[in-house]
Amino acid sequence: MAAVDVVRRETVPCVAARGIGLRWGLATAAFLLAALLVGLAVGPAGIGAGAIVESTLSSLPFLHVHSPLDAFEHAVLWQVRAPRVALAALVGGMLAVSGSAYQGVFRNPLADPYLLGVAGGAGLGATLAIVYGVASTGSSAVVPLAAFGGAVAAVVVTYVLGRSAGAARTTGALVLAGVTVATFTAAVQTFVQQRHTDVLQNVYSWLLGGFTTSTWGDVAVAAPYIVGSSAVLVLHRRVLDVLSLGDDEAASLGVNVARTRLVIVVAATLGTAAAVAVSGLIAFVGIIVPHTIRLLVSTSYRAVVPLSLVVGAGFLVLTDVLARTVLSPAELPIGVVTAFFGAPFFAVVLRSSRTMR
Amino acid sequence: MIELHGVCVRFGATAAVRELSFAAGAGEWVALIGPNGAGKTSALRALAGLVSFEGAIALGGRDARRLGRREVARLVAFVPQKPETPHELTVGEYVLLGRTPYISPLGGERRSDREAAGRALRRLDLESFAERRLGSLSGGELQRTVLARALAQEAPVLLLDEPTTSLDLGRQQLVLELVDSLRGDGLTVVSTMHDLTLAGQFADRLLLLDQGAVAAEGSAAEVLSQGNLAAHYGANVRVLEEDGAVFVVPVRR
Repeated sequence: MAAVDVVRRETVPCVAARGIGLRWGLATAAFLLAALLVGLAVGPAGIGAGAIVESTLSSLPFLHVHSPLDAFEHAVLWQVRAPRVALAALVGGMLAVSGSAYQGVFRNPLADPYLLGVAGGAGLGATLAIVYGVASTGSSAVVPLAAFGGAVAAVVVTYVLGRSAGAARTTGALVLAGVTVATFTAAVQTFVQQRHTDVLQNVYSWLLGGFTTSTWGDVAVAAPYIVGSSAVLVLHRRVLDVLSLGDDEAASLGVNVARTRLVIVVAATLGTAAAVAVSGLIAFVGIIVPHTIRLLVSTSYRAVVPLSLVVGAGFLVLTDVLARTVLSPAELPIGVVTAFFGAPFFAVVLRSSRTMR
Repeated sequence: MIELHGVCVRFGATAAVRELSFAAGAGEWVALIGPNGAGKTSALRALAGLVSFEGAIALGGRDARRLGRREVARLVAFVPQKPETPHELTVGEYVLLGRTPYISPLGGERRSDREAAGRALRRLDLESFAERRLGSLSGGELQRTVLARALAQEAPVLLLDEPTTSLDLGRQQLVLELVDSLRGDGLTVVSTMHDLTLAGQFADRLLLLDQGAVAAEGSAAEVLSQGNLAAHYGANVRVLEEDGAVFVVPVRR
């Protein structure tokens, strides 16, 4: 016994932070893969999961797998369903990961990706584009651009407003500035809509969000922003844990709080703006996914940020499957589905969780 | 280890700290005492680099203004009066956050960081608590955990803002004894203290601040006089001395 004690005393105890853990890492990866497969497999043209896997493998060199699909099925799978699934995954991952980052940076569990006016700005931009742009150019390509520009502009205004209101209580001032900007953009947007009731239908279907017309072009436009922003946010996962100690303590640990917050907000905003531009305003993902991970896995941002990305992607792909199948051949707006199924799901998680007191 | 020369901290037009000068060497414990609003906490925050100040502060012989945030954090560990302790974090994870000044902003902990956190836990007898969540700890355990986080910073200066608030009498003594024992490793301690008796018994020197300026400075016997406490605290006290220790006892008027 004594010898064991001596050995124990001499070895330095090593403390480790709970990360994601192999179990949750594998489980969430499997969830995303399954969601992607379901997203590709479900649709009016019956293409089995096995055929999808074979078709995927056939496009890889050196494997010599023969695709069982005919030309029509191939086109349906890779030109209709695949871009839609890919875009849903990108948007879902982005909304969830920026939701988690906003919650960390503002130390506010109810923060969502639209907190600083992204939604209001994008909505106004899209409305103006639909009312004036599409009519004059005849092309709907201006809508995502206008939405992106509106979203970024709104957050810039929010930031400038928040900073001018007071440096000491920056987060509180920022959130209030976000509310101000959102209210103002909503007012302008409503005014413009009321003056042009003929395009109300188009505006609303954009606002409610969806992937009905998604193409590889949309994926190519949004992916660089989403991939870049997500990478920045994932790299900041440990710093977000430090920020959870509050501004003062984070600063006393050597963190440049204002600069870190700005970098995270910029990344989350650009990514969210890109996601909103190609998908409309999809609510709930940015709150429900990070909180589900907090309840099931860990409250540490080291787990919440990367897992939000993966689970958010899978979640929105599955939600999109529901949106296009429940009333098939008609489609439900995906925002309605995320809220309708998301809210009760969240309630169940909340109830059954052991970690909540 | 630390030197302050004519340090002023201003919030707009009001000066919270005025012309504060003092020094503390390795292993020394200086307690800042004074009535509410005397500028004790502002002085600590200036030392920790959390507020801008006029005058000069030297940390380990180097001008604090010329040091980066991370360099200051490697020299000075700061424990605020009400530290933020997220309930769901484990003791081990929380103490590891103390290693932040050594970890690249976008990186993760290395083995040396995990070992430093382990040493801090052992030093404060918290090894068996590593997996416990902060939300499940008692007040005394929590205060020890916060100290362990500061210790993991491996800074030669420890700043404590009211380290004994919200602890019972026995825990107050326990925590202060713990801090005292850390001085054996050469740690310089600057703390604000409300309890004058404890301040006098644990600190080497007391600095009595009033309205931001030093009103009295020296040993407990020198500073904790009936006259000083009446003049600066507006308190009616009796000061007893026994075996070199000073006891401040409030007396009802």
